[in-house]
Amino acid sequence: MALLELDRVGYSYPGGGRPALSEVSLTVEPGELVVLAGASGSGKSTLLRVANGLVPHFHGGTFFGTAEVAGMSTRRHGPGELARAVGTLFQDPESQVVMGTVRAELALPLENRGEPPAPVARAVEETALALGIAHLLDRPTAELSGGELQRVALGAALVGRPELILLDEPTSQLDPVCGDELLSLLRRLNDDTDAAILLAEHRLERCLAWADRVLALEEGRLVCDAPPGEFLAWALRHAPELATPGARLLAALGLDPEPGVKAARSALRRRRLLPPRADRGAGAPAGRGGAGGPARRGGAGGTARRGGAGPSVLRFERVWHELPAGRSILRALSLAVGPGERVALMGRNGAGKSTLLRHAAGLMRPTRGSVRREGRVALLLQNPTDYLIADRVAGEASPAAQRLVGLDPARLGERHPRDLSAGEKQRLAVAVVLGEDPAADGAPSVICLDEPTRGLDRGLKASLAELLRGLPAAVLVATHDPEFAAAFADRVVLLADGAMIADAPTGEVLAHGSYFATETARILGGAGDALTPSRGVETVLAAERQPEAVG
Amino acid sequence: MTYRRRTSPLHAARAAAGCAYCAALALAALLLSGPLALGAVAVAVAAAGAAAGVGSDLGRAARLAIPLGLAIMVVNALVTRAGLTVIWRLGQLPILGQTDVTLEASVYGAVLGLRAVVLVLVGALYTAAVDPDEVLRLFQRVSFRSALTASLATRMVPILLRDSRRLAEAQRCRPGRPPSRLALMRAATSGVLDRALDVAAALEVRGYGRARAPARRRTPWSRQDLAFAAGAAGIAAAAVGARVAALAPLRAYPSLRAPVGLGEALVAGALLLAALAPFAARRGMER
Repeated sequence: MALLELDRVGYSYPGGGRPALSEVSLTVEPGELVVLAGASGSGKSTLLRVANGLVPHFHGGTFFGTAEVAGMSTRRHGPGELARAVGTLFQDPESQVVMGTVRAELALPLENRGEPPAPVARAVEETALALGIAHLLDRPTAELSGGELQRVALGAALVGRPELILLDEPTSQLDPVCGDELLSLLRRLNDDTDAAILLAEHRLERCLAWADRVLALEEGRLVCDAPPGEFLAWALRHAPELATPGARLLAALGLDPEPGVKAARSALRRRRLLPPRADRGAGAPAGRGGAGGPARRGGAGGTARRGGAGPSVLRFERVWHELPAGRSILRALSLAVGPGERVALMGRNGAGKSTLLRHAAGLMRPTRGSVRREGRVALLLQNPTDYLIADRVAGEASPAAQRLVGLDPARLGERHPRDLSAGEKQRLAVAVVLGEDPAADGAPSVICLDEPTRGLDRGLKASLAELLRGLPAAVLVATHDPEFAAAFADRVVLLADGAMIADAPTGEVLAHGSYFATETARILGGAGDALTPSRGVETVLAAERQPEAVG
Repeated sequence: MTYRRRTSPLHAARAAAGCAYCAALALAALLLSGPLALGAVAVAVAAAGAAAGVGSDLGRAARLAIPLGLAIMVVNALVTRAGLTVIWRLGQLPILGQTDVTLEASVYGAVLGLRAVVLVLVGALYTAAVDPDEVLRLFQRVSFRSALTASLATRMVPILLRDSRRLAEAQRCRPGRPPSRLALMRAATSGVLDRALDVAAALEVRGYGRARAPARRRTPWSRQDLAFAAGAAGIAAAAVGARVAALAPLRAYPSLRAPVGLGEALVAGALLLAALAPFAARRGMER
């Protein structure tokens, strides 16, 4: 019997216009790992909320069709009853951890069921050990990092041993390291138990390799239900924004798309198209360029410079940020950003990226060293909604600023800012920090953005990258997303523990890493410093012209 | 100021014992008015905070509470017309009229102020040293949802503080004229509602909607549990006994009478002993 069975399910939120889901029929069997793909607003989260009963019991609205979870109809059984069979993990870890300590948080779902203390204690202990959070059990939840909180929330979802685990973009708030750790953990759980997993995720390249099936949604309709390879072939034809970079690379070379780096490399190797890996020693500062790739310079060469010579609109000189009686967030950091330069700031959570941006905008003062700015520095922090306080879009930004960021003031001017889509909100917030007349003297000389791609789909990220490339100012963006950095940046600065560990052209930094590398670069092993599928194709074809170099 | 597990006998005691201990200190502050006894309660609370490793939390609370205590003292001195010993003739004042500050009203105001400070410090001690999750578990058999709501409200405070700091920071990044307070308040309110909705959804999928009273948890009484339960009983007995026996009372009006004799000294000593002796139970306190 199917664990989850939806039959012609349709749903509209209260007061909503078009249906969030239309005629969706699907089944999920025990032990399956199913990835849910689709653009922002396509209905992925709503589908997960149907499966855990929040739709319609919590949200209200109009519900059609039937949904059964572990033999329970969601019409008759609410989220509380379904919680015995379903564990759910949402995007934002802060909003789903409700108790004071990790131990109490893990115990809460079982205590809600009225379970006796001994089995609760045992389940808490076992879940904590399975997720590697036993050392956190007595820690206050208020002191945990984002990655730790998300693990704890996953623990709370799993502690009741659910048959079906629902995950709504669980890695969107995490850095690549924490995100990959969480996905590996899910993979192990799926291998070790018979629990089915339904995972909504934008970064498909991270999870398709180990999925059994992919369900693609478009405007609330199920448009594809296929194994990962077939899904990628479908996406290339019908929804290119869902196709992974690896799939686009293989398709451009005339090969069938394969999910995952390993499978893609095998496909290239079978056709003798895999270029030799770039020859780089550990810690080498710059690439020499692989077969066919242009030679690049690192360190002080190219566009990369650490507080080097030349005109700059923003200059950090040996900046320290030391907490009173605490650790140093920035350590003697020197950095210069030239006029019109596009710089990506990368590093794991806590590396000092956000602090650096706050110093750039003058929100913080260095405890040692100095920051020099030529002109105004605009800063867009992580949550664009925090900038939107007016009743109308027209009240937030001038028509000129709206036009500059690609919004249509005539169409959106009277809309409420909170009713805009995620991408529109992001653009409007950029318009807000640009100021009333971005073409005049008050226009910023540097625009800083802190994690602007959180929760955005691939299409929205691409259009944001295009927007950043067209802005009339230098751009400094803190991001965890190597694909996005490759799309907009000329140069990447990598931070670790408040110090700079790399400052080089984008190709050099992102072509040779594991976490901080694009999928194309990981497939090609850094050859030619190729980061994008189009550059990857150039590299492969150039290598093909030198047959002795092909592996 | 939030609860954080520390290695101290008070943190090691079960929530019931911790609650009883703090409640007994608060009861003593409310029942006793003699300067010696009330001073002993104040010293006991401060020493308990230091012994529990939360002295800095109590210090922060005191920075808020002492101005409040002084305000109570000043207001009482200005508005009370009782007392025979005039120490300051202020003459005709707007609203207050003819105002004479008396020694009795000033001293009584100081006692009221000290009581307020002690109550705030007891609250701070409770917040910093008694595990709120255990308190929730303690009360969930009586009214699970009310207890959870109270616990959630506490948990939401730091989240909302972080949200408001974020909002304020974002507004500092806006060029041009700062937005009106009304617009900011509207934005903050909708942010709070969004947060509350997210938390409510998370609770629903954890089965909160079908929550049942959990089975009783039977854990053996530790050395610290017993020590703080006994301490609470001792403090309450000393305070109630002193009140019933009319020991250590302050009579302010019409003239000041604050006896300080053997009985009052015994009450103060008993309070300090009952409040601080439980901290000697250090064996096996580390979890």
